[in-house]
Amino acid sequence: MKKFATLVLAAVLVCLCLSGCGGSELTLNVYNWGEYISDGSDGSFDTVREFETWYEETYGQAVTVNYSTFASNEDMYSKISSGAVSYDVIIPSDYMIARMAQEDMLLPLNFDNIPNYKNIDDAFKGLYYDPENKYTVPYTYGIVGIIYNANVVDEADIGSWDLMWNEKYADKIVQFNNSRDAFGTAMYKLGIDVNTNDKALWDQAYEEMLAQRPLVYSYVMDEIFNMMEAGEAAIGAYYAGDYFTMADAQAENVDLQFYYPERTNYYVDAMCIPSCAQNQELAEIFINYMLSEEPAVANALYTYYASPNSAVYNNPDYIAEMGEDVIEVLYPDLGNFSEQYNTYAFRNLDAEMLDYVNTLWENIKIN
Amino acid sequence: MKIGSKIYTTIVFAFLFAPIVVMLIYSFNDSKSLSVFSGFSMRWYKELLNDRNTLESVKNTLILAFSATAISTVMGTAAAVGIEKLRGKWYCRTLKTVTDIPMTNPDIITGISLMLMFVFVGRLVGARTSLSFWTMLIAHVTFCLPYVILQVLPKLQQMDKALPEAAMDLGCTPLRAFFKVELPEILPGIITGAIMAFTMSLDDFVISYFTTGNGFETLPIRIYGMTKKTVTPKMYALATLIFFTTMSLLIVRNLVDNDQRREKKEKKDIYAIK
Repeated sequence: MKKFATLVLAAVLVCLCLSGCGGSELTLNVYNWGEYISDGSDGSFDTVREFETWYEETYGQAVTVNYSTFASNEDMYSKISSGAVSYDVIIPSDYMIARMAQEDMLLPLNFDNIPNYKNIDDAFKGLYYDPENKYTVPYTYGIVGIIYNANVVDEADIGSWDLMWNEKYADKIVQFNNSRDAFGTAMYKLGIDVNTNDKALWDQAYEEMLAQRPLVYSYVMDEIFNMMEAGEAAIGAYYAGDYFTMADAQAENVDLQFYYPERTNYYVDAMCIPSCAQNQELAEIFINYMLSEEPAVANALYTYYASPNSAVYNNPDYIAEMGEDVIEVLYPDLGNFSEQYNTYAFRNLDAEMLDYVNTLWENIKIN
Repeated sequence: MKIGSKIYTTIVFAFLFAPIVVMLIYSFNDSKSLSVFSGFSMRWYKELLNDRNTLESVKNTLILAFSATAISTVMGTAAAVGIEKLRGKWYCRTLKTVTDIPMTNPDIITGISLMLMFVFVGRLVGARTSLSFWTMLIAHVTFCLPYVILQVLPKLQQMDKALPEAAMDLGCTPLRAFFKVELPEILPGIITGAIMAFTMSLDDFVISYFTTGNGFETLPIRIYGMTKKTVTPKMYALATLIFFTTMSLLIVRNLVDNDQRREKKEKKDIYAIK
């Protein structure tokens, strides 16, 4: 009896293992930021399901998309570098792409499978994280600007980073609660290269940050949404796409407005294929699908971030849906985007510099 | 109750329930904001019902929690019976301490070490990806087990050892004696253990995060993924629903418990009269 029971248990365990490893059905594993794709909620376009249907109609074979989300580039990186998982398409940010490319964690794309790449504006090619356009297809981009409450702030004071240092608005200013972004505001203000390895320049930015500290109401990340919406804070820097989210929810006596200062931070999130991918061709077909008009427009509408895809920003329905004024803010005329981007975007600092910057940052927060 | 203790109780309850009440209220907010209440609406509940990915992750969470609970309850009860049989042997204490380790160990250590082990074994077997639903299930059973054992052991100790012996004396096989006599005695412990295992599995984030594989996303992991952008009020709606479900489960359990206690008391009274 006992032996029999043990045998049964062992058999069950073996079966479990086998069923866990087996399965030859076509699957595609996608790893993306949370809330970063049109997912069918509120009657929107369900990108993943639509892709599955489209693929089956076009290629006559069923495909299952496993869609998972991450909360930060670092989370995604550690998960993939552990070697325990395999994803076919990932959408990290620029600096993480540079790091992964350097560490041979990305596969060069076969652009024969991605004909829609022609939709990508030339301004988004040859950016620093992928100078030869080998590994990436850009998905969204964003620019940091200053959000202010027009009921509190004088029209005459706006236009530059100086607003965040203006003593008139003491205790109404919120600053980023992470070292890179916070120092960035001071360095753009002073015209210092944000990726410099010169400690003296960082010290200069540090002095600027110290001067600002008495004026700062709070150092925040996501809390900025509620503070600005409720009128608790009146000035803060954040991404253009997020400004619209805040403006949508602002309280009655709050009038949120937005502008870009002269020098500012840019980011690009791009689709790439990690070297652990199991089906590169399918991944490329998916990337190509994401660039085609319907899903690309749906995703841009859903995420509220700017798209580098000409099929999106030239689409009349998209422009009508977003509204001309929104388009104007989201897609400012930048002149030469790639030059601006390559000059002002954050890059990876080496370990020693990062240490130094973090020490300065801690000093600001402790003092 | 004295006035002091009244105030104290109020404060304790306020701390416990204020966050839930705030969430509950804002789940009915018409806008996305957490600070401006712009009107009552069921909008987020509607959106939640249309959000297939979130519902999928709820389903995943429940599948995982139910299977982990079932497996760990059976294994834990068997383990508790075994440990109880070893009472008096020198290694019994050691065994008990060892089974407690997954509970006292910080989650992050359990999570990382499990992940390393899965990756190691996966490489050994030559699998391309070592993490999947099954690794997650193993991990959940691992940390649920001690809670079941901990709940069942005291019930076994309280039980009159003469009961199963009497049953066997009257011709029961040991197995039958266990199912007919011991099991009903320790059942309340098993149920409590199962409920604890279920709740532990339901809200675990850290261990799940390290052991989850491609595409199997549980609710805590999904919510964490949203924190980079803003968490949508859909989540407040979902959390409100979950809160009320657990609440009603607890109430039902308490009612059942009270009934049982009353029954037992009546039985005892009858015996006493006899």
